[in-house]
Amino acid sequence: MPSSTLVIAPVLVPLVAGILLLLFRARELRGRRAFSLLAVAVQIALALGLMAATHHGDILTYHLGNWPAPYGIVLVADRLAAWLLLITALLAGFALWQACQGLDRRGRHFHVLFQWQLFGLNGAFLTGDLFNLFVFFEVLLLASYGLVLHGGGPARTRAGLHYVVVNLAGSALFLIAAGLLYGIFGTLNLAHLARLMTAMPAENLGPARTALLLLLGVFALKAALLPLHLWLPATYASALAPVAALFAIMTKVGAYAILRVATLLLGAQAGDGLAGLYEAWLLSLAQATLVAGMLGALAAPSLGRQTAWLVVASVGTLLIAFGLGDREALAAGLYYLPHSSFAAAALFMLAVPIARGRGTLTDRFVPGPDIPRAPLVGTLFFLCAILLAGLPPLSGFLGKVLLLQAALDQPGWPWILATVLTAGLLGLVALARSGSLLFFRSAAPSQGQEFAATRTLTGEAPVPGVAPVSAESACPEGVSYAPAAVVPPVRNGSPASGYRALLPAAVLLLLTLGLTLWAGDWLELTTAIADQLLQPHAYIRAVLGEMP
Amino acid sequence: MEILLSLVIGVLTACGVYLLLRAQTFPVVLGLTLLSYAVNLFLFASGRLVEGRPPIIVAGQTGYADPLPQALVLTAIVIGFAMTAFVIMLALKARAELGTDEVDGQAEGRTEAEGEGR
Repeated sequence: MPSSTLVIAPVLVPLVAGILLLLFRARELRGRRAFSLLAVAVQIALALGLMAATHHGDILTYHLGNWPAPYGIVLVADRLAAWLLLITALLAGFALWQACQGLDRRGRHFHVLFQWQLFGLNGAFLTGDLFNLFVFFEVLLLASYGLVLHGGGPARTRAGLHYVVVNLAGSALFLIAAGLLYGIFGTLNLAHLARLMTAMPAENLGPARTALLLLLGVFALKAALLPLHLWLPATYASALAPVAALFAIMTKVGAYAILRVATLLLGAQAGDGLAGLYEAWLLSLAQATLVAGMLGALAAPSLGRQTAWLVVASVGTLLIAFGLGDREALAAGLYYLPHSSFAAAALFMLAVPIARGRGTLTDRFVPGPDIPRAPLVGTLFFLCAILLAGLPPLSGFLGKVLLLQAALDQPGWPWILATVLTAGLLGLVALARSGSLLFFRSAAPSQGQEFAATRTLTGEAPVPGVAPVSAESACPEGVSYAPAAVVPPVRNGSPASGYRALLPAAVLLLLTLGLTLWAGDWLELTTAIADQLLQPHAYIRAVLGEMP
Repeated sequence: MEILLSLVIGVLTACGVYLLLRAQTFPVVLGLTLLSYAVNLFLFASGRLVEGRPPIIVAGQTGYADPLPQALVLTAIVIGFAMTAFVIMLALKARAELGTDEVDGQAEGRTEAEGEGR
């Protein structure tokens, strides 16, 4: 396969797979599942191929319609894009695996939306054009709107409505920023913008800064950076587990866009007033996000919501690394990125067997009956908790140590150290509390207050394994936890039971174990990515050719 | 013309943001629509305002209008239209499932009976 085809293939494969799945929607589910899994497997292979092709520092481009670069749309694959494609494809594989165990039956067109979500994600990572980035954002958002609502129910509709409206407002801001940049520079090609910015007349500085900060606002919204993080917990907690697991990478799209713009457009070459424009904002906001995320995790009423808050916290950690902006910090951040995505996704997936084992209590933090296979489920939960709280000896700890090491060279290092370590402690307390509530403080069904409430209100005893239809009415007014968020009240399409249900989360955790065991090799890889990012001239040359 | 256009964009944006912050879904949808109109006009203006010039090559023509913003606006209109349709369907679904058209799913500042009787 020629290398330029390799660049566009990760965009085309999910698009075509989605269309075919839509055409064959009447076929039996088994065949559609196999095809969807096959498409994700092909994407993993393509991402591995791109990793190999970009490994020596080559930057591959694909000019759509063979239009030369600043005039046509260009797709660019560098080390960073290949790395993110691989993480996305792997995560998608595990999420799809779990969905195929029965949750995809909850609504229509799950596999179509899933593939188009991947289409949007892969496109956003590969595109080298700002407006095209907007289009791919819309594609992935539109697919995600469908996926958030997958399974139905009032809690999902409410969270979905907020999510859609917030993101549409964000899209409007994105267009304004893109229009401003086009008005100033007359181009939307990222490499061309980067070249024009180095030789910009001084009177354009103000509008350019406005446009770029508006862009930061949009990307911060997608990444759930404080104070634009409030849409995330309710949305992720109410989505189905495999969907939430895939969404663990969605916030990283925002972080990726911030990193791309910060290094390509606003690197050291950008000149006074533009260089390092994002760093100052990022560092303080990311620290606040980290603390807010961990506080949210402490206050969360259910496992799904707690995991969602931990996603917010991981975005905070990631953006601290990107805000520091030097080689070591970027390498640490890019090592932390797959770790945090995989760990959060595994915890989302693990919430399904936990919620199933607890019957009507689902994943809410109240003492309940013993969970079947508690030792195994508990061990997996414990691993997730260690990963997310950043305790030794797993990859979360390594990522944090690398980040703190990088922070030591910076002027604000005491603040960063204090924030990261305090947040780690908060996360530890939050996860210890939820773990002991779910696994140790078990109560017989007759003693649980929640059970009594459910019985009196509905007149029927809760049946384990059947999700509550009446959970909402059992909650007192004003106590707004999304009831039955992970296992909604639909009997058709219940998740798998037994050890099989634990497999996707368990294998995903094995993957993070691999991230820990070969940490040196991975760090070498992410350092190479950081090196390439900090030399944007190679990217610009690869897209536009030599300076005329 | 520049002043008129910027005034129109400003007023549309202000109305859009005001409506977007309302508590009920219908004003919010209208606000999103107004906001997207403002954004489309803004995008269109980013190629500079020129009169009576073609955007594509014509023999003997010297000055041209910038065609790219027009293409961008077309894309933005299509996406915005699809999104509006989607939000309207979602708002209807929310009205049916939650029994209220409040964005937060509960009537704030009203008594419970009023909220349920709507």
